[in-house]
Amino acid sequence: MRSAAANNAHAPQAGRLHLDAAWSYLQAVESLATALAAAAPTSRAMRALLSYTVDLTASERFCDLRSDCTRLRQSLASVRYSVHVRGARVTVASLDDEPDYCVEVRRTFERFGQGVTRDYRVPIADRERLDHVEARVLDGVAALFASEFDELGLFCTKWQDFVDPVVDRFRREVRFYLAYLSFTGPLRTAGLPMCYPEVRWRPEESWARDSYDLALARKLVLGGGAVVTNDFSLGARETLLVVSGANQGGKTTFARMFGQLHHLAALGCPVPGTGARIRLCDEIFTHFPREESPGSTGGRLEDDLRCIREILLTASPDSVLVVNELFTSTTRQDASFLGRKFVERVCEIGLIGVCVTFLEELTTMTASTVSMVSTVDPEDPSTRTFRVLRRPADGRSSTAELVRRHGLGSEQLAARLLR
Amino acid sequence: MRVCLVSPDGGLAFDARRRATEPLAAIESDLARDLDLPTIWAAMADGDPHVWEVARAATLAPATEPRTVRYRQEVLADLRAHPEAARQLYAIACDATRAGDRTHEMLRRTPSSTLRRSAEVLETLLGQLRRLRAFAEAYDGNVTSEGLCAFVATLLSELDEPYFAEMAAHLSRARFKEGVVMSAQLGTGNRGAGYVLRTARDAPGRRRRGEERGATHSYSFDVHPRDEAGREGLARLQDRGLNLAANVLAQSTDHVLAFFAELRLEAAYYLGCLNLERRLSSLSAPRCTPDPVGAGTAVLSVSDVYDPALVLRTGSPAVGNDVEADEKMLVVVTGAGSGGKSTCLRALGLAQLMMQCGMQVCATRFRGSLCEAIFSHFPREEDPSTESGRFDEELSRMGRIAEHLTPHAMVLFNESFAGTGEREGAELARVIVSALVGAGIRVLYVTHRYDFAKSLFEQTATSALFLRAERRDDGERTFKIREGAPLSTSYAPDLFERIGGFGSARSVGV
Repeated sequence: MRSAAANNAHAPQAGRLHLDAAWSYLQAVESLATALAAAAPTSRAMRALLSYTVDLTASERFCDLRSDCTRLRQSLASVRYSVHVRGARVTVASLDDEPDYCVEVRRTFERFGQGVTRDYRVPIADRERLDHVEARVLDGVAALFASEFDELGLFCTKWQDFVDPVVDRFRREVRFYLAYLSFTGPLRTAGLPMCYPEVRWRPEESWARDSYDLALARKLVLGGGAVVTNDFSLGARETLLVVSGANQGGKTTFARMFGQLHHLAALGCPVPGTGARIRLCDEIFTHFPREESPGSTGGRLEDDLRCIREILLTASPDSVLVVNELFTSTTRQDASFLGRKFVERVCEIGLIGVCVTFLEELTTMTASTVSMVSTVDPEDPSTRTFRVLRRPADGRSSTAELVRRHGLGSEQLAARLLR
Repeated sequence: MRVCLVSPDGGLAFDARRRATEPLAAIESDLARDLDLPTIWAAMADGDPHVWEVARAATLAPATEPRTVRYRQEVLADLRAHPEAARQLYAIACDATRAGDRTHEMLRRTPSSTLRRSAEVLETLLGQLRRLRAFAEAYDGNVTSEGLCAFVATLLSELDEPYFAEMAAHLSRARFKEGVVMSAQLGTGNRGAGYVLRTARDAPGRRRRGEERGATHSYSFDVHPRDEAGREGLARLQDRGLNLAANVLAQSTDHVLAFFAELRLEAAYYLGCLNLERRLSSLSAPRCTPDPVGAGTAVLSVSDVYDPALVLRTGSPAVGNDVEADEKMLVVVTGAGSGGKSTCLRALGLAQLMMQCGMQVCATRFRGSLCEAIFSHFPREEDPSTESGRFDEELSRMGRIAEHLTPHAMVLFNESFAGTGEREGAELARVIVSALVGAGIRVLYVTHRYDFAKSLFEQTATSALFLRAERRDDGERTFKIREGAPLSTSYAPDLFERIGGFGSARSVGV
């Protein structure tokens, strides 16, 4: 409302909008104080806010504003005028106590019964700004009721800045919390768990139970789909989750989930899951496959390498790493070589992270790597469960399973041909 | 101001808004079919579809209070003495409601168009109201019935000259030649709010003589004729006021139209009654004003009752019958086939219905208790399209009746439950009849089944009336129904004889 007032150059309109804005401000603060008191918050910030708003509503300045507002609103509410439109001439005058036309007509015809009848009024929409005829009428009213409108002008000058700075800051800052709550609202309604994680500085172990990718989950829930939850755990001295397994099996989603957990936990927000202990990190590094940038001189592999190098040079033992598909633009052998180098360095630095890769040899490289596999339904290997479990890489791809089921595996074929 | 011609308390005694196309409830259509009500309606309507609708609605919603019945009888007597009165009232009401129909919904409704339309209609209605006043003046002192006297008195007191002048004043003010005056307060952003239209006593700017108003008391401005946005704003401002005027005027018009609609309905009803009487008297069929008795008593005493639908259809007079069934809730009619039993049943049913509508009945004397509702259960043709058989159909119809039964009802049974074996049908009928009679419901039962009738006779001889279709010794039927116990012969032989048998081997050319 204040911005509408600012945009309106017509003083009587702007003044009233400013007054109404002040009035809503008063009511908002008072109701905030009441609501906070009723909610009996336990957090330090909210308790401090509560005591501040209580003091504010009792303060002299606030009460002054309130009394000025009330008085002025009352005097404006008592303004009554008459407007006469005849042809092209409009006359604004003080009220002469003429009789109400509609009442008179109704009285004449009421002897014919008062049955239910429809409303014949044509809706006339009110626009945001007064058109210039209405504005000139208002000028007339302002001229007729000079004292009230002068008072309005004085009010606006006196109370140009009526908003308490702390309240203003609260309004801006609380938006983050409200937005997060409304974002996760549908998820909670769908029964998906959210919890406050334990956030520790370099804990021995970190884990999460029944967690999920927040962004994907919201999309699924709104579209009516089901969300699959996953766990992760990094025990003593375990630092790197290496995820392999069936394509489209939820590996990237899992990696994202890991990254989100750390980021959101560091923000202080509740995270997806029924429980979690998350390490507080100083930075999160991600490496996802990129399109080849036309400006680069080297190929994709070189870009990849340079990125990884940058990351590893900057990272500290308190960082978190999320890597999705390493070194895909080269031969298996080269990828394996580079991959090993990568894991060595990562374990040397000691930062924690998740790495999605098809290079299964990386899963068992050191004692700090943890192998996780995106699983398929044992009955029907073409169905993905979207569950990523701690398990040794099983090397069997789902296509192999499918082939075997149809009796076309190499031994099977050989046996059939012999017959 | 209500019309109150059809019932003393006013209000719609029957809802004639049911259009001809709307189907009747099954119960109602059964009754209409069984008693041949459409013939009655056609005679009442005499070609006018609105009167037909009213006739249908009225006969299917009979009154249940003696006071109401007598009220209508008196009004009808008055109108019988002055037949042009009913026609006049009906004509005035039709003209008025037609004016209302002419206003169709415009595609783009604006306040000024609504206002103009309503003012036009009210102008016409004012004319009709004047005609009503003239009617009242003409018949003041010439009518004796409670209903018409009250109606005339109301018209004279409510529609006097000062009132017409008041209406005319409103209509001329509705043109708003002096412009639109509104009072307002300040709303959001100090825009005008809470507009109330005011009756301008005089235009501001033209101050009353002797009253000095300084320039500070009013402030005027003009909108330039070429200012498009300004003219639009001006129209919106004016529309705020016209909107309120249009609304109140249109609603008032609706109220007046509602009054005329009610008048049209009630006038149509009496017109229908008079039409029927005229048709019957042109066929020399006698009628009388019946004597209604309150519900809950068991009065039924009738002389020379006949079936008006039969008379209207055939155009020739019918045989009348007497029935003395006071204190006898059950009346059983037995006897020769096509001896006039069904006709007698219909005659009684129609007479009861017509009495309760306030009309004259087709008899020379009729005195009966009013009943809450009338039901009929007559034979139907076996419908090849339905899956159920005839007995099934009869049972379902009986079930429908049972659903709607109230104490003090009347049920007419004509050869019911014949679609099954004699014993079963008889047993069922016995059960139903004793249940109904036990609940205080009057039952009129026509049957050819001797065993059933005999068993009823033995059970209830004194508390029921037994009638028999007369058959002379030479086998001829007189269509008279006289009191008598059921006889075992079924008279099928003489019926066979009368139609000439089924042909014999001799008559087939060999």
